[in-house]
Amino acid sequence: MGALTRIASLVVLIAAWQFAALEAGSRLLPAPMAVLRFIIQEAERGDLAHNVGITLLRVAISFAVAMVLGILLGVALGRSKAADLTVDTPLLVLLNTPALVITVLAYVWVGLTETAAILAVILNKLPNVAVIVREGARNLDPGLDEMARAYRFDRRTWVLDVLVPQLQPYVVTAARSGLSLAWKIVLVVELLGRPDGVGFAINYYFVQSTDVAAIIGYSLVFMAVMIGIDVLLLQRLEAHVRRWR
Amino acid sequence: MFSSCSGSKPMSAAGAEPVLQVAIAAKVYRSKGAEPVEAVRNLAFGVGSGEIVCLIGPSGAGKTTTLRILLGLDTDFEGRVSGAGQAGMVFQEPRLLPWRSVEHNVRLGLLRARRGRDLDGLFAQLGLTPWRGSYPKALSLGMQRRVALARALADDPRVLVLDEPFVSLDDAAAAELRGLVVDTVESARMSVLMVTHNVAEAIGIADRLLLVSKRPATLMANVTLDRPRGQRDRAWAEATRATLAAQHPGIIAE
Repeated sequence: MGALTRIASLVVLIAAWQFAALEAGSRLLPAPMAVLRFIIQEAERGDLAHNVGITLLRVAISFAVAMVLGILLGVALGRSKAADLTVDTPLLVLLNTPALVITVLAYVWVGLTETAAILAVILNKLPNVAVIVREGARNLDPGLDEMARAYRFDRRTWVLDVLVPQLQPYVVTAARSGLSLAWKIVLVVELLGRPDGVGFAINYYFVQSTDVAAIIGYSLVFMAVMIGIDVLLLQRLEAHVRRWR
Repeated sequence: MFSSCSGSKPMSAAGAEPVLQVAIAAKVYRSKGAEPVEAVRNLAFGVGSGEIVCLIGPSGAGKTTTLRILLGLDTDFEGRVSGAGQAGMVFQEPRLLPWRSVEHNVRLGLLRARRGRDLDGLFAQLGLTPWRGSYPKALSLGMQRRVALARALADDPRVLVLDEPFVSLDDAAAAELRGLVVDTVESARMSVLMVTHNVAEAIGIADRLLLVSKRPATLMANVTLDRPRGQRDRAWAEATRATLAAQHPGIIAE
């Protein structure tokens, strides 16, 4: 029933798109088949796999680093009042700096390099993860902490059996919202200063020929990849984490 | 009947050196912007080997505070406590880790090096064998309390410390769990310190009652019940309760 509704809504969406394209009859609003043709051509040339692959790699690296650092920072902030007071203001500043500004400054200060690109994405995403995880670390159950002290839990036991399970829902939330954030920022970073990747390709087709079929084609393929990762990986992880409820 | 037994030997059936010693001169809660609250004053008692002692007092009398101090969870007090290092603790709420199985929760009562030990006997004794792989949320409150009890017993403690372990259970479940506790501690010659406000329950199982006043908690009476547990019938329990109520009307209701 759920799957059927999803398919039905997808069919309606594509039909509406087809109808609008026919009505407009313009190169600037290509029909679904035109987009599909572009995807196939680009795939045959090998450009599609190359650009999607390199973007995916950038997303993976920056996502992983931002998650690890963000979790560590979030736990420290949630557990230590002094750390929270010290870092809260810089965190707030970073959280409210536009992604574009962080990206431009990273390229200006570090140079037009891969490192600058990855760094820009990490700096954009890290505060988000830290703030969500901090909330989790603040909400630890005091009764369980008291139990852990009464039973003299060693540090490892406390981390693995008491801390991590209570943080898991927050970490999964941060991961899911963070993944979509990361790939949107990676595209901007690529557009501004990388010679390859989905962001570069979209900019290329825009500047060269305003090829809307190419722009929609690239974004559709990449969106499909990211939704696939969310459904196949993160949603299953979430279900696993919540299995005891 | 009345003694404050600080430093001296407790009136214990076993008569041995106390396993647990508590001597709290004062415990005051100080919070910003509020009057300081004195929770405990001059509370001293011991629990002998193999002895079941019940600490009875009105709600909010500082009984749980006393247990927290005894277990080293609160170190901001004047006085001395000893012996809790060998104690197994059962909290008022079961305080199990909901994301770990019953078996895992019980094994957390052991130090890491000993976590692999054979606990088949303990699970069987407490009737938990079929639930070893379950998550706590799948169990009733009574069964969760049993798991908490199993966790407290896992490391063969010399003393069992119980904070209102039978509240919010129906009569049958409470009686069953009470029976399990008494059987277990009697066969293992374990000492018990139990906090309760249920006088009938205490009269049913205790070797000794410690009556504690309202805040600040202070020891009002130290009552030894020397009739063997097996011979405590309803009439005797009623008479004991009536006598205590007459002597300590502020603590024990008619």
